[in-house]
Amino acid sequence: MSADTVPDADWGTVTGWGRTAPTAALLVRPRTYEEAAVAVRDCGVRGGIARGLGRAYGDAAQNAGGAVLDMTALDRVHAVDVAGGTVLCDAGVSLHRLMEVLLPLGWFVPVTPGTRYVTVGGAIGADIHGKNHHVSGSFTRHVLSLELLTADGRVRTVTPGTPLFDATAGGMGLTGVILTATLRLQPVETALMSVDTERAGDLDDLMARLTATDHRYRYSVAWIDLLARGRATGRAVLTRGDHAPLDALPARSRARHAPLAFRTSRLPATPDFLPGGLLSRTTVGLFNEVWYRKAPRESRGRLQRISTFFHPLDGVPHWNRVYGRGGFVQYQFVVGHGREEALRRIVRRISARRCPSFLAVLKRFGEADPGWLSFPVPGWTLALDIPAGLPGLGAFLDELDEEVADAGGRVYLAKDSRLRPELLDAMYPRLADFRALRAELDPRGVFVSDLARRLAL
Amino acid sequence: MKDAFGLPQSLLVLGGTSEIALATVRRLVARRTRTVWLAGRPSPALDAAAGQLRGLGAEVRTVAFDALDPEGHEAALGKVFAEGDIDLVLLAFGILGDQAHDEREPLNAVRVAQTNYTGAVSAGLVAARSLQAQGHGSLVVLSSVAGERARRANFIYGSSKAGLDAFAQGLGDALHGTGVHVMVVRPGFVRSRMTEGMAQAPLATTPEAVATAIELGLRRRSETVWVPGALRVVMSAVRHLPRAVFRRLPV
Repeated sequence: MSADTVPDADWGTVTGWGRTAPTAALLVRPRTYEEAAVAVRDCGVRGGIARGLGRAYGDAAQNAGGAVLDMTALDRVHAVDVAGGTVLCDAGVSLHRLMEVLLPLGWFVPVTPGTRYVTVGGAIGADIHGKNHHVSGSFTRHVLSLELLTADGRVRTVTPGTPLFDATAGGMGLTGVILTATLRLQPVETALMSVDTERAGDLDDLMARLTATDHRYRYSVAWIDLLARGRATGRAVLTRGDHAPLDALPARSRARHAPLAFRTSRLPATPDFLPGGLLSRTTVGLFNEVWYRKAPRESRGRLQRISTFFHPLDGVPHWNRVYGRGGFVQYQFVVGHGREEALRRIVRRISARRCPSFLAVLKRFGEADPGWLSFPVPGWTLALDIPAGLPGLGAFLDELDEEVADAGGRVYLAKDSRLRPELLDAMYPRLADFRALRAELDPRGVFVSDLARRLAL
Repeated sequence: MKDAFGLPQSLLVLGGTSEIALATVRRLVARRTRTVWLAGRPSPALDAAAGQLRGLGAEVRTVAFDALDPEGHEAALGKVFAEGDIDLVLLAFGILGDQAHDEREPLNAVRVAQTNYTGAVSAGLVAARSLQAQGHGSLVVLSSVAGERARRANFIYGSSKAGLDAFAQGLGDALHGTGVHVMVVRPGFVRSRMTEGMAQAPLATTPEAVATAIELGLRRRSETVWVPGALRVVMSAVRHLPRAVFRRLPV
């Protein structure tokens, strides 16, 4: 093996986006598929795991004492079928890059989460969902095929409908390293969104509005004020919309001239070493009050950039530093339709406990996809983030887990950093199949992560 | 693996009959800890401690370990780490000695020093190497306020803890950036078997309070923990007292 095929490698400590539980790993940055294969072959007894842009909140893309394969150098967009609406790209390509390439051609990514800075490989590994889940399902529904580097050093072409695909979709990178993927795209006429906004006075009002009208919108999401109490418990701002058609743009506007131009804005980065405790009940309460009041009681057809509608926080680089050195945990769960009472109970408990969360998001999931560890199931999903230093938070979230599990629900592994392993089997009924497939495909346990060790995946 | 709050799933106690250690283990078993190794000299007390923890639902194993036998530390700890990752090592062994008696019997004083300091240097380095290889984990070292300034009443014990404390701080710096976290815990007077029958000092604390402080320190990834917290300020003042004044204090 000549020296120039050995990937860059250096030891360093790694955390997820929540900045909790740092561990040290050999960071390997393959620049070619061959280097990726070398990295997998040489990763040693503590194994390896692929990592994209590090937006998983918990420990899914870290591997203590072993190798972490930084896939972001493998970031080529190989081919776009402009007529058919598909793209073939490397797994290290970010959704941001795809939007830059695809929007001017009249295509959009089929599913985007709350940030553009995730890679295609990460999107498949976590089987991410977006505001359009009730219409479009999760990310892997739009994957036509992918190439997977497995523990034996082989590169396999994996297509939907096979066990290996269903284990890889949402499989948190534990079946292998995704090298490329072919995605089906969403046609758009403009790079703008037509957005309807309304307020809901409490949780029941919110749930009624979502149930009655969600099907009319491709994208739908509700921001909840979890610090509101009493009759205002669960008050929320609903934001819903669709890609604006060309004729919705005002005549002679700049947007009319370049309807497919992808524009974003970025503020200066959040400084590092902010003190913890900036996000207290008082500051977050004030923020929530202002955020709720500033939302229009009702507005229709407002035009917004894609970046404003989907990715407001991407405008603030390193926003996770706001939580200080102690970091934060993100809690996202889903409970099925008919389990609304569990959702109400959990929201009441969070409100009563006064958790300072300013990013609390409720939405309705549509049909589930077949990934064995894929998170979405039809029902209600709530996501919130909380400073990790909040006293008693661990025990409190354990209690919420019990409520979720009792209601037949589950928590999202891409965001988890603290679940009790005993609950996992109940939450993910296909876990035994997943473990069996891994045992057969990767008997030496080459692919492993801190998440996999913590939850015995 | 530790979770986002620094809570370990597996832990190793060096000095498996220490009251502070066992109070800490009980606390952690109530949260995430499922696997516990108790290392100590084989004794009915060690077995009893293991049995009690098993009753709380933990999977407990014991391993023979003697602070006074550094040659055996590699083998004893190697056996534990060979079975799987250890998220937290609690270095909790130590003896108080009998100051008046030990001043007259230097060999006894040496035994205090060898247990509290030499034994900890050996076990601490062996544990640190394994933790570093696995890329994660915490080493919690039970020091003492007695090491902060030597007192007439217990300077043999105090000097051994001073050495241990300095060693652990340096080890923490050496391991910075390796994924391993070293936390020095400095309790004041702890009401326990070790201090039975002694006159109680001001700001006295309990093994349970030390355990609570350790859990908090793990969550915050603290490098130094005082128990109770007020001792940080008190000892800062005591440390800077002129010796002529300190000597006359009734401590």
